[in-house]
Amino acid sequence: MSVVSITPKDCLVTQFLQTRIALCILLVAFLLAVAKPVLPEILVRVPDWAILPYDVWLDGLFNFVKEDLGLLYVTRGIAAGLEWPLDITANLLYGKRRWPNFDPMPWAAVAAGSAVVGYYLGGWKMAVLAGGTFIWTALIGQWKLAMQTMSVLVIAAPVAAILGLLMGITAWKYSWFEKAINPILSVLQTLPFFTYLLPAVIFFKVGPTAGAVATIVYAIPPIVLMTALGLKKVSPEIVEAGKMSGCTRWQMLTRVYVPAARTEILVGVNQVIMLCLAMVVLTAFIGMPGLGAKLLAMMGSFKIGRSFEIGVTIVLLAIMLDRMSKAWVLKQPQHFERGTPWWQRHIFLLGTIAAFVLFLLAAQFVQVFDHITRLQSLSRSKAIDGAIKGFLNIDAIRAVTEWLRWFLNVKVLIPFRNALLWLPTSAFILIIVAFAYWLAGRREAIIVGVFFSIVAATGWWDRSVITLYTVISAVILAMMIGIPSGILASRSEKWSKRILLGCDTAQTFPSFVYLIPAIMLFGVNDVAVVFSILIFATVPLMRYTVEGLRTVSVEMTEVADMSGASRWQKLRTVQLPLALPTMAVGFNQAIMFAFFMVIIAAFIGTQDLGQELQRTLAGTNLGKNFVLGINVSLMALAFNTIIMRWVRNRNAALGLG
Amino acid sequence: MIEGGPVISAKNIWKLFGKHPGRYLANMPAGKTFDEILADGYIAGIKDVSIEVTRGEMLVVMGLSGSGKSTLVRCFSRLHDITGGTLKVDGQDIMSLSEKELIALRRSKMGMVFQSFGLLPYRTVLENVAFPLEMRGQDRHSRRERALEMVKLVGLEGREEYFPRELSGGQQQRVGIARSLAIEPDIWFLDEPFSALDPLIRREMQDEFLRLQGLLSKTIVFITHDFDEALRLADRIAVMKDGTIEQCDTPDQIVLNPATEYIRKFTKDINKARVVRAGALLLPLNGPLPEGGAPIPGEALIQELGQVLVNDERAHLPVADKSGAIIGSLDRRVALNILLGIE
Ligand SMILES: Nc1ncnc2c1ncn2[C@@H]1O[C@H](COP(=O)(O)OP(=O)(O)OP(=O)(O)O)[C@@H](O)[C@H]1O
Ligand SMILES: [Mg+2]
Repeated sequence: MSVVSITPKDCLVTQFLQTRIALCILLVAFLLAVAKPVLPEILVRVPDWAILPYDVWLDGLFNFVKEDLGLLYVTRGIAAGLEWPLDITANLLYGKRRWPNFDPMPWAAVAAGSAVVGYYLGGWKMAVLAGGTFIWTALIGQWKLAMQTMSVLVIAAPVAAILGLLMGITAWKYSWFEKAINPILSVLQTLPFFTYLLPAVIFFKVGPTAGAVATIVYAIPPIVLMTALGLKKVSPEIVEAGKMSGCTRWQMLTRVYVPAARTEILVGVNQVIMLCLAMVVLTAFIGMPGLGAKLLAMMGSFKIGRSFEIGVTIVLLAIMLDRMSKAWVLKQPQHFERGTPWWQRHIFLLGTIAAFVLFLLAAQFVQVFDHITRLQSLSRSKAIDGAIKGFLNIDAIRAVTEWLRWFLNVKVLIPFRNALLWLPTSAFILIIVAFAYWLAGRREAIIVGVFFSIVAATGWWDRSVITLYTVISAVILAMMIGIPSGILASRSEKWSKRILLGCDTAQTFPSFVYLIPAIMLFGVNDVAVVFSILIFATVPLMRYTVEGLRTVSVEMTEVADMSGASRWQKLRTVQLPLALPTMAVGFNQAIMFAFFMVIIAAFIGTQDLGQELQRTLAGTNLGKNFVLGINVSLMALAFNTIIMRWVRNRNAALGLG
Repeated sequence: MIEGGPVISAKNIWKLFGKHPGRYLANMPAGKTFDEILADGYIAGIKDVSIEVTRGEMLVVMGLSGSGKSTLVRCFSRLHDITGGTLKVDGQDIMSLSEKELIALRRSKMGMVFQSFGLLPYRTVLENVAFPLEMRGQDRHSRRERALEMVKLVGLEGREEYFPRELSGGQQQRVGIARSLAIEPDIWFLDEPFSALDPLIRREMQDEFLRLQGLLSKTIVFITHDFDEALRLADRIAVMKDGTIEQCDTPDQIVLNPATEYIRKFTKDINKARVVRAGALLLPLNGPLPEGGAPIPGEALIQELGQVLVNDERAHLPVADKSGAIIGSLDRRVALNILLGIE
């Protein structure tokens, strides 16, 4: 056996070489930029003749698969299979006229039942959260909208969870399957959601089915990964105990592996639920009724009060679903003494049913328990509208927002955008390659170069650059806010906890709601787009800064203290370097979030890929939709590749595993 | 205690860990040492071991960490496939069993207790104990009955509905023991069952174990690190080193006549008086019976005979078997040397 040993000196040499090469590439890029006027056309922009009709080819391929291979029949079959349960939940939750043609469930019964479930999972607090969310939703007059959203969610989430579980098991059993789906999953995780929506509409029937399918596909990746991870972690002793108990393979899987990986699988389920909620809201873009659609309409017509109320409902639902499913993850089975009677063992199940039935009956006699009429609703949208508009109209506030808008637009965003657009494509790609070389290494530099060359070759360069510019400017602004405030917060235990809790909660909000404050402050324009991305991206940056700094080991800071370092020196020389890998993970997430958000923001009226993507929704141009989606995905993956490699290298160098 | 033919019979078995163990073993010249094999990139978990375990016997396997004890037992239960040699368990060549037959064998004949318990954390004590019964498809009622009986046997009554994390280490291992006994195995493997427990509880569990063995008399392969434990329990002790069995013999033979230098070192610090029984030092009766005093029982430990040995002044003492018949004599000086720890 031969062992290749890497000495620290080798490391330094490669580091040095890496920087030198990166600088050389940068120099070439600089020269290309300077020489722009005399550059051959092909180096400035990929000329039209070189842009092949990828979208037409893809369309052909899709049509071939769809018609000739008969995929459409398969998908229509699946659609029919999904439609049936969706119709049932739609009937039960909001009384859609479908089998079994019941009246919709009274809101009070739902709220009471969920409160008991909440109590079972997490005591009084959870009961109040669960019951309170539904009470708010009903009283504010959004019951039907919320139930339209939920009716898809309650089907999509279990289906996604089961499919993900099965795929996770397969990935764990057969490594070829894992190798095959891993890259697909990472592309899926970065693909803009419009690219989920159009195929869903084309292959599945428009309406809830398409929405459900898009939601399911969108929510599957994390549970596949978590399941495979959990199964791999099952301790060998348990497995051997299973074997010695004479388990068959099937028994081994169902009675030993899957139950033993319960925690990881349920964490995956939690993520599935949250992603489903985020996506169900976004299916508004393909006309799915519900909270998302209403929010879209209200924001479009600048009805801030209603948007705000819907936003609160969505956020409450998100927090409730997140907390309840997390409580379920942590819930350990408790034993009952021997001889406990049946009803006592199932007290919570019975309690839930009892609460539900009680209010179901009450609703027959008391109308407000059944539904809230328009007049009874406590919605104060007009008042909120007035208040917010009044507030924004205060001269001082207006002066600030308008100045900010002007400053950002004229002094920062537009010059930056124009500079990026002015750069020759070749120089642009080389700059990014140099950056990758310097941070990550040759392999990543090549990958990133290929990714961006593909983007250039598809002919959507300018729009891609605009997307990228929005992402970069928003993330830089977010860093300027998130990192210093994270550093400040990390100084005190109390504030760190608050920030972590706040950020974790904020991360569960469907991304759509982040648009509300942006539109409120800046109206419908470019600055609002950057601002909404900025809030969305600040959350992970702040979170990981706090986490990174808080987890620097005490010994290390004590070394600094004993060396007589000042606070600032300690931060600069000890804490930040050690926290940097963790902070980079947050940075990576911020960029991924930004790519996601910039596409959503399309409906405000951007000029980037998202805008084009949104336009494709109106037609059946699947090829174009895909080309655009892949472009976004490639750019996001490029950043992901560079940063995660850097994190790994850095962690290895610091001996942090 | 020893009766009947061998239950486990291993002939020149090998277990190599590495890339292509089968191919490597087939082409390997005879007589390679452990280190030479290691240099070729393979670990000899079991290296050319032959051993037989008789029905009803308790074989204790000892050796330093990494010497291959667990590997040996895992081969016996076919948790590992052996690389070479033949291994018969209960008369069947275990390597030729199909998956179905292997499962059937484990469901009916084998029980195993694991070093770190291997309890299923999401099942109650009762469900853990009933697990092997459930696997073989026994009906709910009868498996519950049997599991309750087992839980009672190991003294965990009243905790049937607890989850493993609600139990102490000792209690968890009792569950492991109860589970391994639930199917009434003929062969019982225990891989360092008590080593995770503190000395007091360990002692208690050993007593418990001896009590169970007294009730059940199974064929047992028991792994331990602890010589005292081995001496308390063993019919025979096998001492392993680098994948081979250095010596396999009764405890007093191991102590009195170590086969190799390694065994001598291994047993050096043992108080022999606590191991050796009068019967093991027996000299044939040449000539007249030593006079006066009652004969000493052959199964008595030298330690227990301390007072007699010091007070009695005869050079040779008569030794009697259980029925009271004189079977030989004991050289008092030899016995005193052992008692006083003089080599
Ligand atoms: N699955 C495996 N793959 C590779 N090597 C293994 C494997 N299992 C055991 N070994 C090696 O085989 C040798 C014997 O291991 P074994 O577990 O049998 O030791 P042990 O005597 O039980 O030690 P301990 O007292 O620490 O439990 C060790 O060197 C170990 O590294
Ligand atoms: Mg072991």
